[in-house]
Amino acid sequence: MAVQRPRASWIANPRRQILLLKIAVWIVGLGPVVWLAAGAFQGTLGANPVEKIIHIEGRWTLVFLLATLAVTPVRRLTGWNRIIQLRRLLGLFAFFHACVHFLSYAGLDYFFALSLILDDVLERRYITVGFAALILLIPLAVTSTKGWIRRLGKRWQRLHRLAYVAAGLGVLHYYWKVKADTFWPLVAAVTLAGLFAIRLAYRGKKKRTTKKGR
Amino acid sequence: MIIRIAKKSDIPSSEITPEDVYINRRKFLGASAGIGAAAFLGCGAAAADSEAAETDSQDLEPTSWDDITTYNNFYEFGTDKADPARNAHTLVTRPWTIKVDGLCAKPGDYQLEDFVKPSVMEDRVYRFRCVEAWSMVVPWRGFPLADAIARAEPDPSARYVAFETLWDPAQMPERRWKPRIGWPYREGLRLDEATHPLALMVTGLYGKTLPNQNGAPLRLIVPWKYGFKSIKSIVRMTFTEDEPPTTWATQTPGEYGFYSNVNPNVDHPRWSQATERVVDSSRLFKRRIETLFLNGYADEVGHLYEGMDLRKYF
Repeated sequence: MAVQRPRASWIANPRRQILLLKIAVWIVGLGPVVWLAAGAFQGTLGANPVEKIIHIEGRWTLVFLLATLAVTPVRRLTGWNRIIQLRRLLGLFAFFHACVHFLSYAGLDYFFALSLILDDVLERRYITVGFAALILLIPLAVTSTKGWIRRLGKRWQRLHRLAYVAAGLGVLHYYWKVKADTFWPLVAAVTLAGLFAIRLAYRGKKKRTTKKGR
Repeated sequence: MIIRIAKKSDIPSSEITPEDVYINRRKFLGASAGIGAAAFLGCGAAAADSEAAETDSQDLEPTSWDDITTYNNFYEFGTDKADPARNAHTLVTRPWTIKVDGLCAKPGDYQLEDFVKPSVMEDRVYRFRCVEAWSMVVPWRGFPLADAIARAEPDPSARYVAFETLWDPAQMPERRWKPRIGWPYREGLRLDEATHPLALMVTGLYGKTLPNQNGAPLRLIVPWKYGFKSIKSIVRMTFTEDEPPTTWATQTPGEYGFYSNVNPNVDHPRWSQATERVVDSSRLFKRRIETLFLNGYADEVGHLYEGMDLRKYF
């Protein structure tokens, strides 16, 4: 007798779930760039297309950074361990958008006028912290491969805690840039603080349980 | 590489400015400034001066109607540049009353029509430089602020003139969350700045009625100062002896001053003012241009600030 399998089982396969989520991350990750490129060539990005590209790419950088940092808290809260498989992809998309963000600023806005850019990086605190965040992301992107994870061992985790520092600097960069409407920078700051708090809470719990075990 | 795509909605320049006026726009700008100068200072030489100034500066290619009317800072209608164009339709511009008060002989509540009518309208193409380091070139229609001030007959003790924007939460509904800048929006000028012939009371754009998002029905344009000095939707004009409080200088005193003259040598604490991006939706690859001292109007208005430390009085 043939067993009628329920339709839901296809999606119930955890590997497929991760695959689908990865496809979704790719679509969301590349979507803004495709949308901006199309808009730029159609002239539909509004009166100041360069500013729009820089702002939107900056926001997506933060979204992906926060999403990357949300993976572990979500894992702890839901117990869904496989979600960890999305983290590298999310992190690399954060780095990708950070690069597009910076290159739009340096190239589209300043035509790679190095003296002006250097002036900004050294003298404008919001650009200094934004640039520092970008620099911090470079070693994280480079060491995201399996080979580096193996080679660095325990040090890898310590190194990759820099993602919190980069995100903090990114939020500060955003907060210092706006003139009066600090709503979204504060939303980002609260989200980051929340994620960090969950992390600390679980860390404390872990320590307590290890002590008890002894 | 320059990508320039003309949209169907673009207004052909032939429609907005007579072609001969447009081609001779430098002369035209110089001349209209000169008319003002001649009328209020009684000195015809100003025309020659301002024309010389224009020849040295960059070409004044007017920004498109679409760009001027969809990229606005008018926080009462939202803080995104595209918000005012979407939201300002709720602003009721007729009837409109302007309260004139303070140290003057002719205080009172004036209907917009009565406030504007005695003056002759002029078209002026001005550079517009925002404190956020972007700029436009805008063909305004209006009349010298000096006209309105002369009609109010300020007392000899009046040294400043203050302005207020309409603040009506019913017409300016709360959107999400309003930044805590004090309402109503306030601005002000020293009286000698205000009576300078370049300072304009504006009621029109590209020869048409001023759109709400651009500050209808009546706004100020002070072309040598950062855009936020050019207060929109004015409901009050007050003559004072002391420097009046102004919105941004009150909100963030370390970043915005009372004078706020365009000055490439005095940076905003958070960003450089040395260059600016000329707003243009049709061109993605466009170099920034160097910002000019007093926005290119130094020959006309530079004397107002002689002997002043512009780093201190920024």
